[in-house]
Amino acid sequence: MLLMRRFETAADSLYKSKLIRGFCHLYDGQEAVAVGMESALTRRDAIITAYRDHCLYLARGGDPVSAFAELMGRAGGCARGKGGSMHFYKRDANFFGGHGIVGAQVPLGCGVAFAQRYRKEGTVTFDLYGDGAANQGQLFEALNMAALWKLPVVLVCENNHYGMGTAEWKASKSPAYYKRGDYVPGLKVDGMDVLAVKQACKFAKEHVLAKGPIILEMDTYRYHGHSMSDPGSTYRTRDEIAGIRQERDPIERVRKLLLAHDFATTQELKDMEKEIRKEVDAAIAKAKESPMPDPSELFTNVYVNDCGLESFGVDRKVVRTVLP
Amino acid sequence: MLGVARRRLGSGTVLGQLMQTLRPAAAARTYSAAAKEITMREALNSALDEEMSADPSVFLMGEEVGEYQGAYKISKGLLDKYGPDRVLDTPITEAGFTGIGVGAAYHGLRPIVEFMTFNFSMQAIDHIINSAAKSNYMSAGQISVPIVFRGPNGAAAGVGAQHSQCYAAWYAHVPGLKVLTPYSAEDARGLLKAAIRDPDPVVFLENELLYGESFPVSAEALDSSFCLPIGKAKIERQGKDVTITAFSKMVGYALQAADILAKEGISAEVINLRSIRPLDRAAINASVRKTNRLVTVEEGFPQHGVGAEICMAVVEDSFEYLDAPVERIAGADVPMPYAANLERMAVPQVEDIVRAAKRACYRAVPMAATA
Repeated sequence: MLLMRRFETAADSLYKSKLIRGFCHLYDGQEAVAVGMESALTRRDAIITAYRDHCLYLARGGDPVSAFAELMGRAGGCARGKGGSMHFYKRDANFFGGHGIVGAQVPLGCGVAFAQRYRKEGTVTFDLYGDGAANQGQLFEALNMAALWKLPVVLVCENNHYGMGTAEWKASKSPAYYKRGDYVPGLKVDGMDVLAVKQACKFAKEHVLAKGPIILEMDTYRYHGHSMSDPGSTYRTRDEIAGIRQERDPIERVRKLLLAHDFATTQELKDMEKEIRKEVDAAIAKAKESPMPDPSELFTNVYVNDCGLESFGVDRKVVRTVLP
Repeated sequence: MLGVARRRLGSGTVLGQLMQTLRPAAAARTYSAAAKEITMREALNSALDEEMSADPSVFLMGEEVGEYQGAYKISKGLLDKYGPDRVLDTPITEAGFTGIGVGAAYHGLRPIVEFMTFNFSMQAIDHIINSAAKSNYMSAGQISVPIVFRGPNGAAAGVGAQHSQCYAAWYAHVPGLKVLTPYSAEDARGLLKAAIRDPDPVVFLENELLYGESFPVSAEALDSSFCLPIGKAKIERQGKDVTITAFSKMVGYALQAADILAKEGISAEVINLRSIRPLDRAAINASVRKTNRLVTVEEGFPQHGVGAEICMAVVEDSFEYLDAPVERIAGADVPMPYAANLERMAVPQVEDIVRAAKRACYRAVPMAATA
């Protein structure tokens, strides 16, 4: 969680110094969900989420250097600079991205679960979406089929209470997202408590393998605005944000637990934080060394089976190529 | 039908050409005696069956594909043979089931998603384009999507505006997709098998009115390993005076037009595009360089259509070879009307293709005043 917190804070600075362009959706405050969930799963289980994906990537074993490089659009990025902030993937850890269209990842995740059941893998998919996406029609379409076909999918609503700038009670007639499954059971979880998240995810995994889909609503919070273009203060008060940081911060909670039960000393925790800061700074430095992608990358990966297909640049009399 | 088939055999079919290159007279004689015909429906059904049999990761999903035996009976018998785990009847929720299909492809299965018609694919178009077409690129090769979206496309008969649109131009617009349009039973078998085996998302546009039509097929085409290359057009009929490009049902119309033109001394070369994306620009240009005249034919709306792209491809590469402006025959620029006479005016007819070819050859007849 510390790594994630530090990573997102660093990304904020990089964005402000214009090294990161376009969209950048930060996860700080929500770390307990990513970490608690990951600790309940194996790497053979699958995770899919929307665009607030940096920390999920890190949780799945993604390396901070490649993550920073991707944010800065460099060749060393996890998608070689071709994806950007919203499109992190780690196929070998069954992390399926990284999706920019709100709600699209929900049926996709049900599809991954379909494949897991088809192949009798005994694995599950955790399919993450936000309170903003929770009203999407395709979610209910996919949930219906998941229930009909008993797909091993856990729908995880990361309820940070604001869909972009719209509070949950203004967007949803019923903001009790864990109840929205109707015939699909749901649990509400304190998403700021990493141990509660872990237990809920363990329970959910066993449940879906035996009985089909379940919804977990994670009651969580994001400190940043929706994205870096959103100061996050036009639709909520600074007091509210400060209050959550004070009362419910996931890292603080664990720190208190560790100290209370003598699992670590204050100094050890401070040192850990220092180490992580150094690690993140080193990762940024390394990522900055990575070059911009070679111009030939414009035309790579359009297809898997490229060979011999033509493609064109802006002025096809100047740039015309056969795909690699 | 058989008469037309025999004439077609002689000039442009794969087997006809094969015979000419390998063993001239004797085999041709043997072949015409043993010509087998199958319908487009049988061709598609057999292709699905063979590919599902060969690869256990291939499965079919869509509305009524299982117990109903397929809305147009294309998937007849498959539920009985492969069971409900591999032939899935879905609820009427295109966005949901298309997303599920794409997600299954993300995890390495090979789904075939059937749209009852491609008009309904618009409900799922975000998944086709944003979730399927772009994923391999955005992930720099980590997430590939070996999926086929198939179903009838374009006008049927009397089904009105919401059920008659051709989506070839829409899907062919998108890099990352492949778009195929079979005309004959051989096309259907070879291209569908190729599409299912292809590791990329393929949009496979069939035509309802062709499903019941019979076509001759060679023994080679009936073999379970038969596959056609994606991205290669077929010269259905050789000619020297004007090139006519067409796809799907319009190929049949173009061939009929070519017969009529031949009687008037115009030798038309008919190209069956087979693949809209990738478009076989090389074949089109080679043909136009030979004939110097081009008529593009399509059923869909004219603006920003397939013909516009073909015209530009020829202007870019073979401008000096054109002896006449490129002619375009397309559906009328209106939503499809229901009344039979209006519908007939909204879809290209054989006489429209003949007229355009004559114009390209500067043999136009004076036109009557338009309505």
